[in-house]
Amino acid sequence: MANQDAFAEQAMEYMPQLYSTALRMTHNASDAEDLVQETYLKAYKGFAGFEQGTNLRAWMFRILTNTYINSYRSKKRRPDETELDDVEDFYLYRRMGGLEAARASRSAEDELMDYFTDSDVQAAIDALPESYRLAVLLSDVEGLSYKEIAEDLDIPIGTVMSRLHRGRKALQKQLHDFAIEKGLADAVPEAPRESP
Amino acid sequence: MTHDHDATPAMPIAGTPDCERALAEVYTFLDQELGEAQRAEIMAHLEACSPCFEAFDFEAELRMVITTKTHSGEFPETLRIRIEEKLTYLRIEGSGGVGSDDGEEPGRGA
Repeated sequence: MANQDAFAEQAMEYMPQLYSTALRMTHNASDAEDLVQETYLKAYKGFAGFEQGTNLRAWMFRILTNTYINSYRSKKRRPDETELDDVEDFYLYRRMGGLEAARASRSAEDELMDYFTDSDVQAAIDALPESYRLAVLLSDVEGLSYKEIAEDLDIPIGTVMSRLHRGRKALQKQLHDFAIEKGLADAVPEAPRESP
Repeated sequence: MTHDHDATPAMPIAGTPDCERALAEVYTFLDQELGEAQRAEIMAHLEACSPCFEAFDFEAELRMVITTKTHSGEFPETLRIRIEEKLTYLRIEGSGGVGSDDGEEPGRGA
């Protein structure tokens, strides 16, 4: 049994992380603040049900995700209506993996860091259908395990894995489209398009 | 929006059965979701196979880009204060109210 007094000591450290997730989920600072506040109030009230010794961060994320899904998502986003096109594995690597070699002496990481801005990455994530977007946010950005994501989203682990797999490939394709727009993806041969 | 199944890959990705097994697990590997044995097997393959290593390396770097480039929201300290105030209020209210945490059964469902 967890003591509610202990809650304030233990849970406060996760607030900035929860806030940044909330901000990415809602795209709006005031909604994000409300979401985090609601999460803490719910968590405080339900803290007796938290098993000490298990992962408090994951538990807080679960409350955040549930609160978001139940109260905020319906406002703007319609879940799961869009399906993702099938994108080949290693989509981006096949097209941009040779860049560092082409330009010599720089690491792929430096290149990728330079190529994509914060807003590119954010826009690429936001372009995903909601169920994929949430899975990718919780995994790639927050570093939650498959099991934690499965619990948060109330779906089987196999579904988490397939959403991550397809979501990440779609994300890569979107990033590649940005790179083409900026003229950055011309350094390597790219997919044949309609007609030159 | 329909294209590129015939794309000439700029980067070759090797095609031995070992490669295929490793490449199929790139995400579970990066997500640290593999068991010891399978992880070790893939590590051994990556040491021996540079095309696969390059592909894994790229994915790992891309992941880092995604993580880095999405962690830019400023945290409003006023939010912390607001939440702490609310919690303090609840705590005072709770301790003065119906003795919620002494004599009662632990409120667990299952």
